[in-house]
Amino acid sequence: MTEKLWDVVIVGGGPAGYSAALYAVRAGYSTLVVEMLSPGGQMATTNAIENYPGFVESVDGFELAMTMQQQAEKFGSETLYAQVTAVQLAGPEKHLTTTEGELRAKAVIFATGADPRPLGLAGEDGLRGRGVAYCATCDGGFYRGKTVAVAGGGNSAAEDALTLSKLCEKVYLIHRRDTLSATRSYLKPLEKAENIEFLWNKQVTGFEVDGTLTGLTLTDTRTGEESHLPVNGLFVAIGRQPNTWLVKDQLELDRQGYIVADESCRTSQPGVFAIGDVRTKPLRQVVTAVADGATASKYLEEYLNGLD
Amino acid sequence: MAMFSVTTQDFDKTVLEASAPVLVEFTAPWCGYCRRLAPVLQRMSADEGMLPIAAVNIDEEPALAERFKVDTIPTLLVFRGGSHGPALVAPATAAQIKEWLASQEV
Repeated sequence: MTEKLWDVVIVGGGPAGYSAALYAVRAGYSTLVVEMLSPGGQMATTNAIENYPGFVESVDGFELAMTMQQQAEKFGSETLYAQVTAVQLAGPEKHLTTTEGELRAKAVIFATGADPRPLGLAGEDGLRGRGVAYCATCDGGFYRGKTVAVAGGGNSAAEDALTLSKLCEKVYLIHRRDTLSATRSYLKPLEKAENIEFLWNKQVTGFEVDGTLTGLTLTDTRTGEESHLPVNGLFVAIGRQPNTWLVKDQLELDRQGYIVADESCRTSQPGVFAIGDVRTKPLRQVVTAVADGATASKYLEEYLNGLD
Repeated sequence: MAMFSVTTQDFDKTVLEASAPVLVEFTAPWCGYCRRLAPVLQRMSADEGMLPIAAVNIDEEPALAERFKVDTIPTLLVFRGGSHGPALVAPATAAQIKEWLASQEV
């Protein structure tokens, strides 16, 4: 039995994936997006995106994801809801094994994105949903009127702290340095929020648990001194980790695990591209993800033309 | 099979006393991840042989969340003959839901 040979299979249905699909299908290529859950990726859990051009009053990430999918499918792109479990990327015909069957493609675009990075502390996994969370807009509602902490010092930490300050009685922002690395536009509202307290030069090094999380052990990053902070919840926002386990033995990755590719989105393997958050790049945003999708289609075309 | 919502009042009748297994999703409008899961359940509910899916809004029905010790959403439970199997919390993939259903032989 021979399955259809797709011109391009795109792994991941976030903003990068569906932008690539839109451009590839409009260039005349048979295009399949493989999505493991529902469109949008990380973007779909962001209620208000305020820096995506064209939306004065911000845009809902979930709605935008659905629209991007519809737009690509209007031109004939298709979606398979499945998880890719193995890939074979060498040679002119690529193979993908999914939970819904085998796929064959002339080219593969990885748009698998990134996920929140855990702290890596003992017991952390078991506390997921019992006091430790990774998405303030998702789980913030459980901590209404309670005391929480946010670990991190970048944009997602700042955003989480602001989201939580509207729901919770008290929010501690724990950062291992003495300044935030968040964009300046976050600083004023953070300082203005009366229930946010900054804890500088501190690192979460342990959990205090009584059925659920009851407190944190903090270690001063300069003196090594330990302290105790009673909280009902901890939101971890210390960055992201790329979803590259599928390709780690077949594509060149950087030290953090992102797929190495320049602006052309071409990876170390001919006919294989990386777009969006999973690619090495200086700024991971929706707007840079969709740009990757478009750019990759140009080099996809170049590659596919070369095959004939 | 269509999706329907269930309340504290009708839970026993429509879920616990149901003659066939029911998949219950604990959810809330503010839950971003629940929104991502909604189209998946919607899709699955259209599959042939899929069990009925009931949604509990934990904001409106805190008593049900309390009763089944749901402290994270989305949480999925399969009820059969008045009791439920293992919880599936915030599944990352549709495949995970199918596997979890299969492990409970539904």
